[in-house]
Amino acid sequence: MGLGRFLRRARWDRERRQEIDSYIQIETDANIANGMSPESAEQAAHRKFGNRTLVREEIYRMNTIAALDAFARNVRYALRSLRHNPTFTIVALLTLAIGIGANTAVFSVVNSVLLNPLPYPKADELVGVWHSASGAPGLASVSGDLRLSPSMYFTYAEQNRTFQAFGVWTASTASITGLAEPEQVRAVVVSNGVLQALAIPPVLGRWLSEDDQTPGGTAHVMLGYGYWQRRFGGDKSVIGRSLTVQSMLTEVVGVMPRGFRIADADPELIVPARFQRNRVTLAGFGQQGIARMKPGVAVTQANADIARMLPIWESSWPSLPGGAANELRFYSETWRIAPAVRPLKQDVIGNISGALWVVMGTIGIVMLIACANVANLLLVRAEARQQELAIRAALGAGWARIVRELLIESLLLGLIGGALGLVIAYGGLRILVAMGPANLPRLDEISIDPHALGFTLLVSLLSGLLFGLIPAWKYAGPRISLVIRAGGRTFSQSRERHRARNILVVAQVALALVLLVSSGLMIRTLQTLRTVQPGFTHPGQIQTLRISIPQMMVPETQRTARMEEDILNRLEAIPGTVSAAFATAVPMEGLDVNWDGIYAEDKTYASFETPLRMFKFISPGFFQTMGTRLIAGRDYNWVDLYDHRPVAMVSENLAREMWGTPSAAIGKRIHVLPQTPWREVVGVVEDVHNNGVQAPSPAIVYWPAVLDSLFPSVPSYIARTLTIVVRNPRAGTASFLNEVREAVWSVNRALPLANVRTMQEVYDQSMARTSFTLVMLAIAGSMALVLGIIGIYGLLSYAVSQRRREIGIRLALGAQPSELKTLFVRHGLTLAAIGVAIGLGAAAGLTRLMSSLLFGIQPLDPLTYAAGALVLAMSAALASYLPARRAATVDPVEALKAE
Amino acid sequence: MLVLQTLLLGPAHGHTIAHAIERGSEEVLQIEHGSLYPALHRLEDRGWIASFWGTSENNRKAKYYRLTPAGRKQLIAQTTRWEQVVRAIGRILKPAVE
Repeated sequence: MGLGRFLRRARWDRERRQEIDSYIQIETDANIANGMSPESAEQAAHRKFGNRTLVREEIYRMNTIAALDAFARNVRYALRSLRHNPTFTIVALLTLAIGIGANTAVFSVVNSVLLNPLPYPKADELVGVWHSASGAPGLASVSGDLRLSPSMYFTYAEQNRTFQAFGVWTASTASITGLAEPEQVRAVVVSNGVLQALAIPPVLGRWLSEDDQTPGGTAHVMLGYGYWQRRFGGDKSVIGRSLTVQSMLTEVVGVMPRGFRIADADPELIVPARFQRNRVTLAGFGQQGIARMKPGVAVTQANADIARMLPIWESSWPSLPGGAANELRFYSETWRIAPAVRPLKQDVIGNISGALWVVMGTIGIVMLIACANVANLLLVRAEARQQELAIRAALGAGWARIVRELLIESLLLGLIGGALGLVIAYGGLRILVAMGPANLPRLDEISIDPHALGFTLLVSLLSGLLFGLIPAWKYAGPRISLVIRAGGRTFSQSRERHRARNILVVAQVALALVLLVSSGLMIRTLQTLRTVQPGFTHPGQIQTLRISIPQMMVPETQRTARMEEDILNRLEAIPGTVSAAFATAVPMEGLDVNWDGIYAEDKTYASFETPLRMFKFISPGFFQTMGTRLIAGRDYNWVDLYDHRPVAMVSENLAREMWGTPSAAIGKRIHVLPQTPWREVVGVVEDVHNNGVQAPSPAIVYWPAVLDSLFPSVPSYIARTLTIVVRNPRAGTASFLNEVREAVWSVNRALPLANVRTMQEVYDQSMARTSFTLVMLAIAGSMALVLGIIGIYGLLSYAVSQRRREIGIRLALGAQPSELKTLFVRHGLTLAAIGVAIGLGAAAGLTRLMSSLLFGIQPLDPLTYAAGALVLAMSAALASYLPARRAATVDPVEALKAE
Repeated sequence: MLVLQTLLLGPAHGHTIAHAIERGSEEVLQIEHGSLYPALHRLEDRGWIASFWGTSENNRKAKYYRLTPAGRKQLIAQTTRWEQVVRAIGRILKPAVE
């Protein structure tokens, strides 16, 4: 029995009817020919044929699927009954649409960001290669894991047994000159193996290959799709063109497709790493490792492979450039380097997953509240329809049939709500992507895909089932006679009939409180974060921008230094500027910084054992510009820099750790390695929350931007890639930026400005995860509150309307309106109080899950709990008062007459 | 089977078939002609007969049925089996008569 026939059964029936008509006609004709009168001929024909309706029905039945037919009838019936009750339908659908829409939107984000594989072929073979270094304190506080050194790249690339492809990369910026305006672009420096591991073919030209990383000769580069479109208008003849990168002539050999990323980096330019094999040392752990494992290899096997290669690496490379390999075993014994290979996805997603799951959970709770609300509406409706249901039951409709009809109605509600929800989700996602929370990875991949659609369908059906089962279970039961009798003259409501709705309202209040407390905790977290003194002042007045003076452009150290001072002078000449300075990185910028151990002259050390410290290189006036307090000693001046004086500044916590007090640090001497000269500490500055306000302030050594032989391998150093900071009240305005650009270009036209933003933006971005979670939770919390309030209000309004008669009698017997008001308000408040009590308990359990997102407060913060409960109780009081007041204004005469 | 046998002679419409069966069985099988139609429908459903709209002898629009090759095969198979059954019953009954 085919479905096609089932769907065409109406046409079949029509055809049969015609056929029967034709039989009757032919028989009638024959009868007339036999001499009958026309009327009796036709009657005889009908007699001969028999019951034509019966025949048609028999054929129709042959063509039909009984269950499907009944189902279609039920759906039609449900649609009709929904249409007849527009207020109920609209309210229920809106509630559902908002709930399902929010769920779909958040699920799409979770799905795209956390669940979907990365957009590479066979993405589960891709891993990020890292090391742990439990013996190197200081390192772990920043990235958690140790990156790779170029020497590790050589060893691993040549000796591994578990990888199809392996390479290292670093994200950086590069200036491109020679085109219209100098420009700073996002560049990624890749070794051979990175593109091969990711296995995304270029849209044009070829990948960088092993030959491209041999030092010397013209470097070959690849373009990112966006940059190719923006700068070259998608011109296909770009292959073979030359491009001046960092004042160096390079040749374009390929273009990567749209959306290509290396882990979380979105490069505009891909540059080959050109390590000089005879100059690499063991150290220099600045490279991110990426590998594609051979098919069937597990992460544990890759880890074992790295563990096997680590001793080979340590005995193959020297500690100093050009030196001989030694048997010191410093890294394995002191730093205790161990392999920490992990799925590449983990590198991409970072720390957002906790926040996303919390948001998903809260949105789920909102959905539950929405379901409770709709269930409540359905209960009310079922009550109003009790007579109808009872009469139908009396006429022979089975219990199962009535339940089926009620369920089909609620499932239909769920599905329509889900369809509307999809529209809402689509709009919401568009807004979310447009807002673009900066640290939400894979933002451009977020979309409503088949998984999200399936999820929506599931949520719609489940919620339909959930809120449909409650009234079905409650009202389809066999109590017919009672109901019909009761329907005749309205009794006051029995307690029993109220119970289900009361429970729903209590559940709503409890869930809403959980959400209110969670968002309250996030608000308090943000408040606490705002009160943390970050180590700089008035960030809105500090303009930051990055420039880079390539060695190819200005080779000499002195000339570069003069150029840098010149730029600062021009910037200070801009009206309103308080001061200008630079550093290799400003706080919270998230840039990779240098790390190394520090040895003090007045201390003795067992072999190499010293914790790693963060290094920054700064210009004079940097702390003054940032608003970082000088605790002891003095700041650098330009003479220190030009004369390459052996001086140093340290952060307060480092000074305290090494010498007890900041002032004791002044005059002490430190160095990085025994081979390098001592440097005198001349100043101690306030601690700065360099890694974001949530993270503790690291100990930092601030070296002057120009200095000699900090490391044995570098005889003379000058910071060439700088973040310039300018303190000016007009920071961030277009006119000011123009003046800044002119000031820099008046020194050199070929200097591109990058990352132009105010310190305030840098600061806000470091809190983006917290604010993102806060916004989402606040939305969920307010939705929950509103839904909960509507729940209480709806329940009491309905109760009042049902009890009008009782109220009328009471009033007629002399009850005071105020007493009646109290009666209803007390009902509402009792429910709210029970809900609050349960909610407080649930919140205490659930908010533990979000403790990683909190800062400075406990998950059980009493103030937040009290505030949440208070807000809810007050809203509940208001929601109860309004219907209660209506009860008090009931006119007894009207109420009794209405029956 | 009777319907199929009737159609062996050529395409016919419902009215003809009904009368043909009545006549063919020498009025032994008196049927309500209406009950023929579900049977026709079932046969068509099984693919043993096919239908088309045509014009009857006295210019009435009528639906004609004809035997399909599958129906022909079915008729032969059923006739054979029927004859076997009849023969078998006959053999069982004859000795009792003698």
